[in-house]
Amino acid sequence: MKIKNNIALSDSGFLFNPSTGDSYSVNPIGQEIIRLFQEHKTMDDVVKLITKEYRIDKDTVEKDLYDFQNMLQSYKLSE
Amino acid sequence: MEKKQYERPIIKSLNAGLMNKFGTRTEYAPMTHIDNVAVKDLIREFGSPLFVLSERKIRDNFKTAKRIFETRYPKVQFAWSYKTNYINAICNIFHQEGSWAEVVSRFEYEKALKNGVPGKKILFNGPDKTDDDLRTAIKNDSPIHIDHLDELYRLIELATELKTKPRVAIRVNMDTGVYPMWDRFGFNYENGQAWDAINKIMATDKLNLIGLHCHIGTYMLVPSAYGVAANKMADLALGVKKRYNKVISYIDMGGGFASKNTLKGSMQLGVDYVPEINQYAEAICSTLLNAGFDKDELPYLYLETGRALIDDAGFLLGSVISNKRLSDGRRATIMDFGVNILFTAFWYDHKVSPAQEFGMHTEDSVIYGPLCMNIDVVRENISLPPLKAGDQVVVHYVGAYNITQSMQFIALRPAVVLIDLSGKPHVIKQKESLKDVENNEVMPDYLKKIKL
Repeated sequence: MKIKNNIALSDSGFLFNPSTGDSYSVNPIGQEIIRLFQEHKTMDDVVKLITKEYRIDKDTVEKDLYDFQNMLQSYKLSE
Repeated sequence: MEKKQYERPIIKSLNAGLMNKFGTRTEYAPMTHIDNVAVKDLIREFGSPLFVLSERKIRDNFKTAKRIFETRYPKVQFAWSYKTNYINAICNIFHQEGSWAEVVSRFEYEKALKNGVPGKKILFNGPDKTDDDLRTAIKNDSPIHIDHLDELYRLIELATELKTKPRVAIRVNMDTGVYPMWDRFGFNYENGQAWDAINKIMATDKLNLIGLHCHIGTYMLVPSAYGVAANKMADLALGVKKRYNKVISYIDMGGGFASKNTLKGSMQLGVDYVPEINQYAEAICSTLLNAGFDKDELPYLYLETGRALIDDAGFLLGSVISNKRLSDGRRATIMDFGVNILFTAFWYDHKVSPAQEFGMHTEDSVIYGPLCMNIDVVRENISLPPLKAGDQVVVHYVGAYNITQSMQFIALRPAVVLIDLSGKPHVIKQKESLKDVENNEVMPDYLKKIKL
């Protein structure tokens, strides 16, 4: 997933879309995932990295990632 | 390196300054323990979902209410409203505290007798009393609260038949200035029906009119309505004394005091707007004390308080079955409990707390139950932390009217556990089994065999 270039994400989880003026709050794992997408990591990469770092199984991360991607798309934050 | 605690990724749109039907996040601190017993352990031992009642809270609530009324009025008697929660162990906590029983059906009447309540301490309310019910109540010397003229006339006939003078009260309904007016039970004060009933009782001399009963509504948010009601009840009692030189020995003000639950559609939380019991007590007691009774003829004040004494002592523990995303972007969380066991979800926005720690981020969610029916909605709008399948939650204020109104619909009803004063859990109602449900079914012989 490619996150739009102009999306700004602060360390406290405040996300701003300058194209629309909309703002969002993102929890810490959400921030980490958005940063990984900004680094052009693939879905598989993200799943691997998250399962390595957190106490969670691969299937749960995959399910949550599908949902999170859908939300990013619905908020028009991805290209 | 130790791995970090995982939490589902969430992103939430910020709408500063706009009205938000989900409200702010003020009530979702995790509740990991009930009376020092871990929610996790309770679910592990007794299953999920699970009703949990706190004996400490019940006794505290009762003692507080009793003290509040007894410091304002010299003659007070509580009667436990069986329909609010009639599990025998719960009833007996109230009976141990000195409460009589208030019942509205033969089934409840029999429960009270089995629990050891003497017949004369069982107040028999309700519109549906058969001849057999009335005969039993008469023989046990229970105060019978007459609901309608048909019951009154049947009682006169039964009193003649049994050659006894049953102790009775009439239920009175009235305008207390609140809407809706509960006029379907009893005899109306304003249009003279109450006096018609009293005159009939006094004229026949077959019944012993010992009390007057009212129950002005449920979840009453205006304490002054009780003042109005007490005034009208006192007027009737004083009128009986004046007209017939008969002293009414008790005025039963019924129940209806609100619990701290939040009504659907309310802009504030119940804890912020529900009156305290002392406000109800002040309205009732000061009215009765100032009504003009002679010192020696002050009637007993009976109270049938249910909900306000037990709602906050009850918790429903449950687990997340699944999460899904609705078409409009809202999060939907499916729990293993629904309106089948949480009937009050139809009129309350129950407080729901996670039973484990979460971060500060929440999502706007809907809570659905497990029933395969569209009406099975526990909360329509709620901000919840990112719960995942298997996570546990605690639903608050469920002690009143849920266990007694729970439905056996496609799922077995859960166990009920009481945590005693020392923090020990006791099963006070076993989880239902298929055998319990099928116990009264009868299979005709010709339908016993099937071949598919």
